[in-house]
Amino acid sequence: MYAFEIERPTSVAEAVTALGTEEAQPLGGGQTLIPTLKQRLAMPSKLVALTAIADMKYVRRDGDTLAIGGGTTHGTVAKEAATHFPGLAGLAARIGDPAVRNRGTIGGSIANNDPSACYPSAALACGATIVTNTREIAADDYFQGMFMTALEEGEIVTEVRFPIPEKSAYMKFEQIASRFPLVGVFVAKYADRVGVGVTGASNDGVFRWSEAEEALAGDFSADAVAGLTAPDASDMISDLHGTGAYRAHLIGVMTKRGVAAAS
Amino acid sequence: MTEVTMTVNGKSVRRAVRGNELLVEFLREQLRLTGTHVGCDTSQCGACCVHVNGELVKACSMFAAEAEGAEVTTIEGVANADGSLNVIQQAFQDHHGLQCGFCTPGMVMSAASLLKENPKPTEAEVRHWLQGNICRCTGYHNIVKAIMAASGQDVATVAAE
Repeated sequence: MYAFEIERPTSVAEAVTALGTEEAQPLGGGQTLIPTLKQRLAMPSKLVALTAIADMKYVRRDGDTLAIGGGTTHGTVAKEAATHFPGLAGLAARIGDPAVRNRGTIGGSIANNDPSACYPSAALACGATIVTNTREIAADDYFQGMFMTALEEGEIVTEVRFPIPEKSAYMKFEQIASRFPLVGVFVAKYADRVGVGVTGASNDGVFRWSEAEEALAGDFSADAVAGLTAPDASDMISDLHGTGAYRAHLIGVMTKRGVAAAS
Repeated sequence: MTEVTMTVNGKSVRRAVRGNELLVEFLREQLRLTGTHVGCDTSQCGACCVHVNGELVKACSMFAAEAEGAEVTTIEGVANADGSLNVIQQAFQDHHGLQCGFCTPGMVMSAASLLKENPKPTEAEVRHWLQGNICRCTGYHNIVKAIMAASGQDVATVAAE
């Protein structure tokens, strides 16, 4: 790692001030950023650790909405969201491994927008609201391609707000070495619509499979997906773990399984 | 350099740390607690697992400065008060849950977290939990047996042929 200073503010306001320094970078749970720093792929002058901000760690239900503080770990979401939103708790419970889930945070995952991260698929499928220290951003406007988001320099994800679906499930086809999804699909059924968020597959990062959403809105069954044409394989990631065509095929398979498993 | 204060295995320690100093470097190089191992340094292998405020953490993927005020427990701090092996450590010995021993400190710390959360895990739950702990001697069967035994369960059928 290159040398840098580290600060540990205890409030969002202090963190925002600390991030005003040139080349300062926020540090969530660090489960992606620390390995990145070790490879010298980033050279911040200062890291602003968000882990000491108690106000950013919570899972709160407010009517039909589940609000999760940006600093909440995957392990906490897995436990505390289980009764309110089992689909999301199930997603969180399968990120990384137990030690990673005790550090990694929802805000960090959403801010990094890794093309194979799990949370962005749920945020998109549910039409979540990404709350920052300055504004609220609709998920559809927030995710802007691989590692790209609507966040400005120094902006912090303080909360992610999910409308709780009637039924949902996350299906992850693991890349066996990294355990990241080779393809992950989050299916969320609401009274008036269905959301299908796909991660791990596309060259453009997380996306909504709108054809499946339309088909499932009329008939929420695996059969409704069966007749659909798979997303265009030429838009999909092709690497030694799987071709674009393979990933495109998996999207259909995982969506069907998600519909069948939704609870 | 910043000053950091934490409690490690029950003792309060205060040291100056670099901003980029990992918790595992702090434990091994400043405190000379070399029982916590560095296997991969990419947060895959789990040899560096310790407990921070009672939670399982990979010490290679957390900065020492972030442990300010924390209670840290390493493999050196888990034996019984009289110095004898604790129930998990003893079970690893009894069931040959190690060959070279490199992954063992992480395995023991990880197992302790599992049993705290789930005192009677099934074999499948133990194997799933150990996803973040890699053993290069491929000794998983006996590690799983040891953890099942430490939870007070019969291990005769674990990994049966």
